[in-house]
Amino acid sequence: MGDKYSLEKLKEEKKNWEETKLNKVLSKHPERYEKFYTNSNIEVERLYTELNVQDMDYLEELGFPGEYPYTRGVQPTMYRGRLWTMRQYAGFGTAEESNQRYKFLLSQGQTGLSVAFDLPTQIGYDSDHPLSKGEVGKVGVAIDSLKDMEILFDGIPLDKVSTSMTINAPAAILLSMYIAVAEKQGVSPDELSGTIQNDILKEYVARGTYIFPPEPSMRLITNIFEFCSKNMPKWNTISISGYHIREAGATAIQEVAFTLADGIAYVEAAIKAGLSVDDFAPRLSFFFNAHNDLLEEVAKFRAARRLWAKIMKERFNAKDPRSMMLRFHTQTGGSTLTAQQPDNNIIRVTIQALAAVLGGTQSLHTNSRDEALALPSEDSVRIALRTQQIIAYESGVTETIDPLAGSYYVEHLTNTIEQKAREYIDKIDKLGGAAKAIEKGFMQQEIQDSAYRYQMEVESGRRIVVGVNKFQIEEEPPKGLLKVDPEVGIMQEKKLKELKSSRDNIAVGQALKELEQVAKTDDNLMPVILKCVKSYCTLGEICDILRKVFGEYKASITI
Amino acid sequence: MDIIQSVLNGDKRSIAKLITLVEEKSDDFINILKKIYKYTGRAITIGITGAPGSGKSSLVNKLTRILRTQNKKVGIIAVDPTSPFTGGAILGDRIRMQDLTLDEGVFIRSMGTRGALGGLSRACYDAVKILDASGMDYIIIETVGVGQSEIDIVKLADIVLLVMVPGMGDDVQAIKAGIMEIGDIFVVNKSDKDGADRLVTEIEMTLDLGSSKNSWKPPVIKTIATENYGIVELSENIEKVLKHMMQDDLLNVKRKSRIKQEIISLLTETLIENIIFRYSEKIDMLIEKVLERQIDPYSAMEIIISDVK
Amino acid sequence: MSCTKTIRVLIAKPGLDGHDRGAKVIARALRDSGMEVIYTGLRQTPEQIVEAAIQEDVDVIGLSILSGAHNFLFPRVIELLKEKNAQDILVIGGGVIPDEDIPGLKAAGIAEVFTPGTPTSKIIDFIKSHVK
Repeated sequence: MGDKYSLEKLKEEKKNWEETKLNKVLSKHPERYEKFYTNSNIEVERLYTELNVQDMDYLEELGFPGEYPYTRGVQPTMYRGRLWTMRQYAGFGTAEESNQRYKFLLSQGQTGLSVAFDLPTQIGYDSDHPLSKGEVGKVGVAIDSLKDMEILFDGIPLDKVSTSMTINAPAAILLSMYIAVAEKQGVSPDELSGTIQNDILKEYVARGTYIFPPEPSMRLITNIFEFCSKNMPKWNTISISGYHIREAGATAIQEVAFTLADGIAYVEAAIKAGLSVDDFAPRLSFFFNAHNDLLEEVAKFRAARRLWAKIMKERFNAKDPRSMMLRFHTQTGGSTLTAQQPDNNIIRVTIQALAAVLGGTQSLHTNSRDEALALPSEDSVRIALRTQQIIAYESGVTETIDPLAGSYYVEHLTNTIEQKAREYIDKIDKLGGAAKAIEKGFMQQEIQDSAYRYQMEVESGRRIVVGVNKFQIEEEPPKGLLKVDPEVGIMQEKKLKELKSSRDNIAVGQALKELEQVAKTDDNLMPVILKCVKSYCTLGEICDILRKVFGEYKASITI
Repeated sequence: MDIIQSVLNGDKRSIAKLITLVEEKSDDFINILKKIYKYTGRAITIGITGAPGSGKSSLVNKLTRILRTQNKKVGIIAVDPTSPFTGGAILGDRIRMQDLTLDEGVFIRSMGTRGALGGLSRACYDAVKILDASGMDYIIIETVGVGQSEIDIVKLADIVLLVMVPGMGDDVQAIKAGIMEIGDIFVVNKSDKDGADRLVTEIEMTLDLGSSKNSWKPPVIKTIATENYGIVELSENIEKVLKHMMQDDLLNVKRKSRIKQEIISLLTETLIENIIFRYSEKIDMLIEKVLERQIDPYSAMEIIISDVK
Repeated sequence: MSCTKTIRVLIAKPGLDGHDRGAKVIARALRDSGMEVIYTGLRQTPEQIVEAAIQEDVDVIGLSILSGAHNFLFPRVIELLKEKNAQDILVIGGGVIPDEDIPGLKAAGIAEVFTPGTPTSKIIDFIKSHVK
């Protein structure tokens, strides 16, 4: 970096310092541990100097914001221009209740919506399906048909907000419903902005809400890519997610590696389907986790950005700079929250949110303190949102771009994470790509090993979790937790019955029949799904047809 | 009702409990086994072995479903290795047979190899008898093809299916000596992968080499278990092989040698246990002498044997 | 001859929830403490869980749910065990389970509920001391 004096001299001085000053202290007061590690088990040296980054070429590896390789950020002004989107993931119970929560969040200064769906919706079952019992409205809102979606966004102008939907296997259906609701509001698809998660590979790896086998699932995804490239230029067609991979126990390195490997698989699938890379790649977006190891996390985001840019340019010959930009949403780490002394979670979330902002995130969800106990209450959600606002408006870290660049430690970590992630990606390539690696259980095994090691480190006390294995107290059970009305399931069932008796069932039958026919061809499924949705076919009915044609995925990977 | 009668009636809870008694070598388990033995011998036992990840459990799942369409009752024993260090095991084969769980005519039991040094435990042999007595038409035993268990499977099964996968490094040359001989049917699973046809050819060539004395050659079947491809052919070939074995009396020869082996191994185990128990003091003393080189281990053995006589 | 019984445990995820990190970590920890663990994977119905537990003759069923469906699914497992006359099988549960739900689950017959942050050693000890 600088060259006022030679690196040789620095090396010499450092050695001098170690031999005189340092060793004297060490001999009297040994350090807390023999070796130190990051959260992801990267060994941490005592001191970082220019020597650790001496081979780094500033222009090649860091560059400038908004320019390749985007290490310093994807926009030239970053938060000096516009702050990140504050987007709290929310949804529970019925569409009516969730609609109320969205309006509350928007009134509190939130700038984008993020919809959580319940598990039956995510797995393509209607609320009255036997497997839905006990699950309706629990981890998100229950959506059975366009009717529910109309209620969900009632009074929310869809041309004004951007909406992110955490939906994967049935993403095409929920996107179609969103388009249909917008049309009723007089908003055309090309005006809509938002994101669907639409990332099936990580469902097989870590999150578990898959429906169909990989091949038809990948088809649905590329169908969406194609449809949106023509009709929805402002829509993010996928959010390639490391979040759940990390939650399942992966390290920061594995999070980057497996997410980008999945990304490579999607790009390859789309190219194979006949799309040209610069037509769809600008609308790919990413979703990462933020954990407690502040500087490692910052380095992770920077490394991911640089590595993706290189992959898109070198591997896929992307020409459009936007194809090379890794834009990402961040959520703070749910698995780092503790049920013990839940208020401590506010501090954890602050550190994690800070990491995301210092790492240049485009949008952010901050977890609520009570999420290890239940769905978040309104009070807790407000504190979580305020945490973002305090970072944005009071901490000062937003006033300059990528403020930790040039930190010897952060740059060194960025390099290390990039390099180790690349090694993983090479390994995955050798296994035949992400889909094959998942089929073989490679990613799952690596993640489980990390999860188990982490747990054992906590239990041995080598890793300290405040309030869990140190600084415990006797606690009263927490009060004011949110409870989902157990009647939600019954209400949804009633609504379904009403719907089925009031809709045009002949049109429904025809639409479903057409869906079955198209599913058997190679044609794009989006138009016919849109047609089904508009005739008020239920989510379950649509998925049942697709299950019939595509089959169902059965997980086979064990421990 | 006593456990024997319930097992004979096919009561699943009793079958399960009796297998546990056998696994735990609980008091009286031998007496129970003695009583049910006369009801065994009716089931066909199929052993399935192959490398980890070759898709054995999926094959078992699909094969069972075909047998169920013929209204056959199927017992499945899925064996996974026990850790020699902790004695624990993760028994995960069931995960690929989930859709059989609620089928009345199917019983699935996962077993660890327990103390059997990588081979099949005694309890596994006895579990087969229990399932047999309970009225199963077919009993499928699935073992991971590592160590001793794939050789042991011959002692347990009427028919052995050897499962291989292209490109998993189990080219025929690489397969341990003695393995090719145990297969009555060779299954090339995941046969949509590159190299499937080459693997089939290699297997067939190797079988040609070894089959001079006998005109019968084990069939080689291509399958893709997860897609149900080749499973009907596989089940037809199982019937074919069975028919052939019955015609040439091979099945009886096989079963006879299995009984012989069982009696011999029971004898060996019991005798040795007895001797070690009865002469433990003497053995300890002899160990000291061998250690001090006053005598050698061979002489020590002879001393004990002469005492036994 | 072995003198102590090998404890057999079925680890299951009832319902639609796909978060299996905890279930898998616990499965491994139980294995490493010398138990035989049957892992049945995701999306199991209570009927499947109970039938598998009976065929495997397990001593313990460990249920993990993070989706909030525990109040329905845990008691359902107990109910089915009773129907099948298999209530001697110890049932424990874990996951994101609010404290106020725990008394109800215990009254329904769940022997113990382990919430986030519980060391695996505590679960192992509980099983070892409660399996006869």
